[in-house]
Amino acid sequence: MAEAGTGPSKVAWQVMWNRLVSVVEEQARALIRTAFSPSVREAGDLSAGVYDAQGRMLAQAVTGTPGHVNAMAEAVGHFIRRIGRQNMFEGDVYLTNNPWEGTGHLHDITVVTPVFREGILIGFFACTAHVTDIGGRGFGADGESIYEEGLHLPIMKFAERGRVDETLLTLIRANVREPDQLVGDIYALAACNEVGLRRLHDMLGEFALSDLAGLAAFILEHSRAATLARIKALAPGSATASMTIDGYERPIDLCVRVTIEGERILADWAGSSGVDAKGINVPLVYTKAYTAYALKCAIAPEIPNNAGSLAPFEITAPENTIVNALPPAPVALRHVIGHMLPDVVFGALDELMPGTVPAEGAGALCNFQLSLRPRSDAPPPPGVRRAEVLMFNSGGSGARPALDGLNATAFPSGVMTMPVEAIEHAGPVIVWRKELRPDSGGPGRQRGGLGQVMEVGAREGHEFHLSAMLDRLRHPARGRRGGGPGAATIITREDGTPLGGKGRHFVPHGGRVHMAFPGGGGYGPAEERARALVERDLALGYISAETARDLHGLSTERIAEVLARARRGEIFGGEQP
Amino acid sequence: MSGSRVRLGVDIGGTFTDLVLEAGDRLHSAKVLTTHAAPEEGIITGLAEVCARAGIEPSQIGQIIHGTTLATNALIERRGAKTALVTTEGFRDVIEMRSESRFEQYDLNLQLPEPLLPRNRRYTLRERVDADGGVLIPLERAEVEALAAELAAAGYEAVAVGFLHAYANDIHERLVAEVLAERLPGVAVSLSSRVSPQMREYERFNTTVANAYIQPLMKSYLERLGARLRAEGADCPVFLIHSGGGLMSLESAAEFPVRLVESGPAGGAIFAAHLARAHGLGRALSFDMGGTTAKICLIKGGEPRRERVFEVARSYRFKKGSGMPISIPVIDMVEIGAGGGSLAHVDAMRQIRVGPESAGSEPGPAAYGRGGTRPAVTDADLVLGRLDPGNFAGGAIALAPNLAQAALAEHVGRPLGMGVEEAAFGVSEVVDETMANAARVHAVENGEDLAGYTMIAFGGAAPLHAGRLCEKLGIARCLVPVGAGVGSAIGFLRAPFSFEASRSVFMRLSAFDAHRVRALFEEMEEEATAFVRRCDETARVRTALKAYMRYAGQGWEIPVPLAPELARAPRAEALRARFEAEYERLFGRIVSGLEAEVTVWSLAAFTEAPVPARLPPVEALRLRRPATTRPLFDPARSRLLEAGVFARADLEPGEAVEGPALVVERETTVVVPASRMLVVHADGTLELRQKEKNDG
Repeated sequence: MAEAGTGPSKVAWQVMWNRLVSVVEEQARALIRTAFSPSVREAGDLSAGVYDAQGRMLAQAVTGTPGHVNAMAEAVGHFIRRIGRQNMFEGDVYLTNNPWEGTGHLHDITVVTPVFREGILIGFFACTAHVTDIGGRGFGADGESIYEEGLHLPIMKFAERGRVDETLLTLIRANVREPDQLVGDIYALAACNEVGLRRLHDMLGEFALSDLAGLAAFILEHSRAATLARIKALAPGSATASMTIDGYERPIDLCVRVTIEGERILADWAGSSGVDAKGINVPLVYTKAYTAYALKCAIAPEIPNNAGSLAPFEITAPENTIVNALPPAPVALRHVIGHMLPDVVFGALDELMPGTVPAEGAGALCNFQLSLRPRSDAPPPPGVRRAEVLMFNSGGSGARPALDGLNATAFPSGVMTMPVEAIEHAGPVIVWRKELRPDSGGPGRQRGGLGQVMEVGAREGHEFHLSAMLDRLRHPARGRRGGGPGAATIITREDGTPLGGKGRHFVPHGGRVHMAFPGGGGYGPAEERARALVERDLALGYISAETARDLHGLSTERIAEVLARARRGEIFGGEQP
Repeated sequence: MSGSRVRLGVDIGGTFTDLVLEAGDRLHSAKVLTTHAAPEEGIITGLAEVCARAGIEPSQIGQIIHGTTLATNALIERRGAKTALVTTEGFRDVIEMRSESRFEQYDLNLQLPEPLLPRNRRYTLRERVDADGGVLIPLERAEVEALAAELAAAGYEAVAVGFLHAYANDIHERLVAEVLAERLPGVAVSLSSRVSPQMREYERFNTTVANAYIQPLMKSYLERLGARLRAEGADCPVFLIHSGGGLMSLESAAEFPVRLVESGPAGGAIFAAHLARAHGLGRALSFDMGGTTAKICLIKGGEPRRERVFEVARSYRFKKGSGMPISIPVIDMVEIGAGGGSLAHVDAMRQIRVGPESAGSEPGPAAYGRGGTRPAVTDADLVLGRLDPGNFAGGAIALAPNLAQAALAEHVGRPLGMGVEEAAFGVSEVVDETMANAARVHAVENGEDLAGYTMIAFGGAAPLHAGRLCEKLGIARCLVPVGAGVGSAIGFLRAPFSFEASRSVFMRLSAFDAHRVRALFEEMEEEATAFVRRCDETARVRTALKAYMRYAGQGWEIPVPLAPELARAPRAEALRARFEAEYERLFGRIVSGLEAEVTVWSLAAFTEAPVPARLPPVEALRLRRPATTRPLFDPARSRLLEAGVFARADLEPGEAVEGPALVVERETTVVVPASRMLVVHADGTLELRQKEKNDG
């Protein structure tokens, strides 16, 4: 395949690039297979990537979630600086959960493994996973500084020359609620890099390469050039957008200016709210991650993510704003705000690139963590236990210019929900309901995606705290170009007593929490929605009879007819273009 | 497998039904059109034909091995029964909400696949079982009866029942089955606790729904087939090839038809693996193209890759996650709607599109002259000179070139302002490019580079397109085996008899119960061996033991092979040692201080697959000159060339033919592009080999 005397051909580099992507895919798969926290093994809240000797990201697993991947892109540089190349040895494994040098909060452990070939450092593997517990107050918004949010592991060695640091493990075990799970997860992270490392060595051997330098140059140059070509094709201009969300105790304003300018795209978050007293602040690295993600989706979706394709996106935010919080600000729930950033970016892009971006959606994942324990109001029965259970759930995504929003589907996050059956094995929790929420999609020519309803309680003999991480109670997703808003979040006790969207709520023995997660905004005027789609929505129970009548003007007779056909199990068409 | 037995392999594809009769060491084959309304009729026609050819009576056949794409096609084309899902209250949307994630991160216009059953066909009942199998809310019989009335009124033909944690306690699912059997006799009922008793509701429910959806169709077909075969005197055991390439009985196939997904193609992969071993190929790409679909499978070290979950009908550029997950052991492959019958049209963007819609066997491509007026890939192949109109599919169908030309002119040529030949070239290039893309994606997903692979081409349409596909994929060698046109059916006869018994018995090593484990293995050995004995009374039966193990708290197990002695005297320490060795091999390092547990125990009994004799490499080549020639369009050169025409039967081992050439046999034609030469191996296999680059 090689052209005489000139090293690998373009085609050969292309093949190796593809191979590198499958190496990191396998790396990520190993993490899922060996992890202990359900957030990793069931929900895929992880990422994996390979870096060159300078710490530049070359490839990432497509299974990764944007907040991790794009943040981890910078992390390896911090590891090189903190540990020092002269202190790096074959068989080493490093770790950290520093929010500013890792991926934004203490619950994400990042593990980096150097790659040596014939004694020379040629690159790194890195991976990140969200663990269920890291001690402190437990996962939630209530911390008022980073010190309350859990055990902080600065960049350090987990293993040196193959030997695991047992002192570190003893310290970790003593500081967290689920020690076996956390230690198991750290081993899984190390195993994940190990699998990547072996596959990389196989690949280098097969293609007769001694290092990654040539391949790195090829990948980064091509990705950068392809991204620049996309940017140059856009009309230069500048636009601003803002969005207000619930926050913890006071509403938060998120403001962005996006500028398309020659060979780069700038996004600046000046004007956004200041640092919050509670743990919803965002380190800049995480702001950059989701801003770059949104820009990339709209401008260069199919160009692979790496240091070259990310370079033309320049993202800034003033220090001491909620999107550039500095230590020791509390940051545990940085994702609630981080996940909202793409909707704001899309607001600006809608002006610059009309007809490209969706309406606003649920944005943040609708997560909650349960701290379950034996009931304290009466003697508990035998067999009760303590457990930490984290669940990821999704509302609806925003309607697109030509398509409805996606029902109960994560956007912009790339994680999955945990199977209810797996969650009920992880702790003494019962999920009594988890299904689509009718009438929650924002009306429009294209309807917003539906949110979902959930109802959770504990098994006999247990009480629990529910740490809520929900937004959009008071600020639902707005529609675009005449579309209506999606339904707002609701969280109550079983008797209807409202609870806060953030913070820890005590639920006594026998109690339950009811939640309704938000829908996405609609796109275009609802009057323009095709009749066949309205009837299908009614037949499937996506909208109620009232909505069909009041909003879309379906006659009572027609509604009865559609519902009768639905009960007979008939199929309703109405394909979108 | 005793040599004197007469065995029949039958493969039903979307377009053709292939039969291969093995009597002693002789193979006889027949190819007939698939009769969709009653697929067994095609088999009976072919049976008469192949028996006549072999000089054998149907009553002499000792065993029939059958594979079919009927199950897969019903799922892909959504032609299953009117099916309802009955599930736990509060969980109506599990099969629609999937994993709540997107399989493609950056596409703002992503569309998720529609669930197999729309929301108005999904019903709920008030009941609940917990993770340990304890009943939290008992199911009331009266509520089931009320639902049964509703289902009866709506006229459902099949019902899938999937309750939460039913793998741990099936009491409520059984109650529903009991009531439905009473109130809705004749309606097929599939229980998740029977079809796929595994934790994780989405995959389990989806697999159960798929089973119910195709059950009425498959069950009635299999029953009719059994009856028709007996009426013809073929009163022998019939086994089905399952998705994993092993065999199952007719009865269990009728109960669990979802395990027949990719049954025919699995046979094809076994056929290709057999050939790869005989030719000593470390890495082979199996390319099986029939009338309706093309199947692509990677074979390393003579074994196809296996998976525990299969995705049917990937909807998004064949991408992982865009199809329906079915939890069954399968041979890992991709199948796409590209076959001889795939129909071509011009879309709104004035691009030629081919497939996935297929002309099938009724009416078939325009050239069949059976009423089809739209152009199919076969019509393009005919116009391009690749097919002999008088000798298609073993002479079963006379092709009419004027009809093929008319259809191409009308639907492709006229809209694009092209001549007929150019239109045919366009159709052929589009279908080849589609297949090449699917192959690339599959290779990338598995971290493979196709450049070092050898293609194995079989199925009626593959030898026509394999040469071009190799050019596109940069593959230097391609083998076309003897019997290529009926390869899958031959593969069925090569499948080893095997049966895997398994038990979900959860056990921590700290609470190891040696007595229980010994009893489990005894029970499984009896079950598995009995099945294999029914297939072959005399062969040596071997067993393989596995424990699926993990550290307590992990969500996924690794298979740990165990020595057979462990079945007689199980010890916790031995299991722990085997687990840690295996874990370290896979992941580099064991986790210190954590407990290990077993979730599933399995025992497989099998006869040994026949080990093919390694073939010598081809000796010095003798170039064979063509006696006749025919114009053939060469896509890489973009023009008509004069191609030599040969009968495969006339070619001798060691002979070579220069491309462009056509080698004609009963069931297919091998197209040799100008860039390739063809070499005949000792076993009659034809090899397409890249020419030395001497023509610039």
